[in-house]
Amino acid sequence: MSAPVVDVRDMRVWYAGPSGPVQAVDGVTFALRQGEVLGLVGESGSGKSTLGRGLMGLVPRGAAIDGSIEFDGRDLLSLPKKERGRVRGAGMGLIFQEPMTRLDPLMKVSKHFTEVLKVHEPKLSKDEARIRALDALRSLGIPPTRYDNYPHEFSGGMRQRIMIALALVLRPKFIVADEPTTALDVLVEAQILRILADIRERYAPAILLITHNLGIVAEACDRVAVMYAGRIVEQGPVRDIFATPRHPYTRALLNSTISLSTRELHSIPGAPPDLVRPPTACRFHPRCEHVMRVCADVFPPTVRVDRQEAECWLLATDRIDAAGRAPLSRQEVPVADEA
Amino acid sequence: MSINLPELEGTEAAVALPTGRRHSRVPGLDAIRATSGFQRGMLVAGALIVLFFTVVAVFAKLIAPYGFNDDRHGGKVFGRLVAPSSQHWMGTTSGGEDVYSRVVFGAQTAMEVIVLAVLLSIVVGVPLGLLSGYFGGWLDRVLVLVTDALFAFPSLLLAIIVSIAIAGGSSSATGGILSAAISITVVYVPQYFRVVRNATVAAREEPYVEAARTLGASPLAIMTRYIFGNVVQTVPVIATLNAGDAILTLAGLGFLGYGIDPSAGAEWGHDLSKAISDTSNGIWWTGVYPGVAIALLVVGVTLVGESLNDVLNPLLRTTRLKQVVLPSRRTGEPTQESA
Amino acid sequence: MATATKSSSGSLRTYLITRLLLVIPMVWILVTLVFFVLRVVGDPIQSAFGGRLSPADIAVRRHAAGLDKPLLSQYWHYLVGVTHGDFGTSLTDNTRISHILIVNGAATLELTFWAVLVAIAVGVPLGRVAARYRDRLPDVGLRLFAVLAYAVPVFFLGLLLKLLFATNLTWFYASGRASPNVEIAINNVAPNTHIYIINAIQYGNVSDIWDVLRHTVLPAITLGMLVAGVFLRLVRVNLLQTMRADYVEAARARGVPERRVIRKHAFRNALIPVVTVMGLQVATLLGGAVLTETTFEWQGLGYKIAYYLSRQDYVAVQGIVAAVAVIVALTSFLIDVAAAVIDPRVRY
Repeated sequence: MSAPVVDVRDMRVWYAGPSGPVQAVDGVTFALRQGEVLGLVGESGSGKSTLGRGLMGLVPRGAAIDGSIEFDGRDLLSLPKKERGRVRGAGMGLIFQEPMTRLDPLMKVSKHFTEVLKVHEPKLSKDEARIRALDALRSLGIPPTRYDNYPHEFSGGMRQRIMIALALVLRPKFIVADEPTTALDVLVEAQILRILADIRERYAPAILLITHNLGIVAEACDRVAVMYAGRIVEQGPVRDIFATPRHPYTRALLNSTISLSTRELHSIPGAPPDLVRPPTACRFHPRCEHVMRVCADVFPPTVRVDRQEAECWLLATDRIDAAGRAPLSRQEVPVADEA
Repeated sequence: MSINLPELEGTEAAVALPTGRRHSRVPGLDAIRATSGFQRGMLVAGALIVLFFTVVAVFAKLIAPYGFNDDRHGGKVFGRLVAPSSQHWMGTTSGGEDVYSRVVFGAQTAMEVIVLAVLLSIVVGVPLGLLSGYFGGWLDRVLVLVTDALFAFPSLLLAIIVSIAIAGGSSSATGGILSAAISITVVYVPQYFRVVRNATVAAREEPYVEAARTLGASPLAIMTRYIFGNVVQTVPVIATLNAGDAILTLAGLGFLGYGIDPSAGAEWGHDLSKAISDTSNGIWWTGVYPGVAIALLVVGVTLVGESLNDVLNPLLRTTRLKQVVLPSRRTGEPTQESA
Repeated sequence: MATATKSSSGSLRTYLITRLLLVIPMVWILVTLVFFVLRVVGDPIQSAFGGRLSPADIAVRRHAAGLDKPLLSQYWHYLVGVTHGDFGTSLTDNTRISHILIVNGAATLELTFWAVLVAIAVGVPLGRVAARYRDRLPDVGLRLFAVLAYAVPVFFLGLLLKLLFATNLTWFYASGRASPNVEIAINNVAPNTHIYIINAIQYGNVSDIWDVLRHTVLPAITLGMLVAGVFLRLVRVNLLQTMRADYVEAARARGVPERRVIRKHAFRNALIPVVTVMGLQVATLLGGAVLTETTFEWQGLGYKIAYYLSRQDYVAVQGIVAAVAVIVALTSFLIDVAAAVIDPRVRY
């Protein structure tokens, strides 16, 4: 097996909120190999987007980030600011959720391309840059005749393809796609997913596909990481996890989706926690139906089962004493919270 | 053209979002509580300046050593253009009057005119805006057109023309506090009209107003009970910001020989117009003191108005987020383990 | 997509036409207002010459000026004149207002041009600094500066500058547009633009150009500061908004260096609303010009208004003020057009 392109260890991203630090990403570890697509799923507010931005080094003012992000053999967090900027775009690209507002309205599409190429590959001649840009656009189905148009002259789906082309033109090794289809209609969504599959075949970058749509994960990803309240609670190959989810949250998440065989809708009781004051120990314990006393007191270990990894005491019951194993009813949880 | 109050950044937004929130009985305290740091400093400093000038205006007769038109005291003539001394703290004017006394009485004139002008423009502008916005139709269109035209016109020229009209061509009727206030009122009525009208038009479509209408509330009841309460929140902001502008307009009128008649009261702008020719002889005290008085009062009023604007407009409110400092890792942090 | 482009270029045309059509009622309302309000005062001849001329003389002049006709017929006559660019003739010195518009209008144009330049040179960079250091000390200081720039009356700032730089330091001149001998010389150039800096350059004498500039500096700063604060705040607020814009974050994500992101993306986008609001500053500038010109004896339209006001020549005042109305309406129209043309979303 080749060395991973991206190797993230114990990354934390806390950003400043009006009532204190928001622990949006609090210690996540994962790795991505070349050509691999990792789906990152979770409810809104679980820290998925912050994780993606954190990888890119795009954190808001006042935010703090630590741990280690090893990319292409270098630890990004210890790089000087200037070199960090060079990696952004050239080494790793970001595709956004809402394509409508992501292109500068005063700039022609052509100017967007020449700008990034000039910044990252200053040696490129004007003609070469043009050829590169047109190639990238053509591979995404944007005809060269539209090269000198302004963003507002394109539809949402076309703008998203332009955004992808803008990311691809630098041939990055790693792409973060942050809900790239959420703002688009179903037909365009299918189109974009096809394009992503196409990109995999042609350029084989590592892709982190952030989404809340498990259908997309099933269709487009090799592995999946489930995020809850700033932690990756379970990760592993898509098939395995969909077949045998180990973490109660993963199970609940899979249960709450609608499919042809759905007989009744399940929802997860309770609300996602406040990340300024997250629950103690396991963050899911206030909503977990199998909650035990230990869940509120001691952080659960990450346990490896076959090719899956999950962070749950249920998988390590042999390490809990009898008192810790005592079930905790949901009503008791607030009390446990205060303790 | 929708934003026509360049001094009021985002007032439109504040108007467009009537919250229906009730303020406490003491609006000033509310405002102070809602601010912090620099904004609170601005509000307090502005309020102190305004308070200072109010005290000076109210007790002008006690504070000023001489009358504003006196060129002698107890039979002793002051002399013209006497430099500041223990006798005349701020020197004397080219007419031989005590500058200090004129500055003090000038505060009285300014305060009287401004309070009157602001009240008059509210009394005229707010109901006009309510009626126009609520009923719409041709009257609304005509009023909007007229106020737009007035608004686009240099306010000083407008005030001059009105003050000529009030004077009726003869100088005997000019110069009173009331006529100066009316000239200024004409300038500011369009502003209240616009803001209140636009807010009313927006509020008219609000569900709660619609509900009141379906329940058979009379237009008068709807306007006074439902719309006025929301619309009126922005009036204090406009009123304070306009008051600052009105001081400048009054001074401009005085500078050009309009507004307050020299025999009716001391007026800073008038004194400055006399002082311009003194500058070529290097005489500064006749102009600097009244000039500083104008600037200081306008700064005070503007600071209050801006802080109120910031408070009412959450978009502008300063929320200083503290830089996050990541705590060291939790002890007992789980490490990778295999089951 | 040619069809889409075509139909939206039609929308620009529609916008321009509706915007132009708004100019007409605006001018009409203002001209009408000025006409009737000033007539409420009574007979302009009486106010200009009352007490100085015999009743018989006044009657003669009244007839000559057509002021003995019914008010509505005078109004109609005046309105027709305005549409032909004829704003009447002053009573006291028998000068055609259209002549004043050319000669003194050029002076005001020159002054406001320099003032806008000062305002941009001061307001825009300072606005960028304020946005960059948002809520920190430079921003706080600049916000106070903007309040102060607005709060200090034009004529007081003028007075201070005169005291300091003309009377004490004698770097610049305190009044007039040029020294008398220079003024005579440069008014003799072939196409007389009445814009002194252009005349002086045409005349080709460096010391004359220098003389004109030394007369221009103080009035230009005085008038410029009136709107510099507004520019500063506009640039700051709009820049703060565009710095949070999605496309700015996207540019950062592509690794565009921060300086370039701000300059090419945030700043350029922030300028569009600034240009729009500039249209509204025309009125402020012309109002301020009246005071600046009076302070510095700069013989522009504002100076002339003050002059005729002091002589109670309300026909002249009415004429110039009506012309100012036309200028304001047309300038704000042109600036709106400019703003529309700059923005590709509207342009196409």
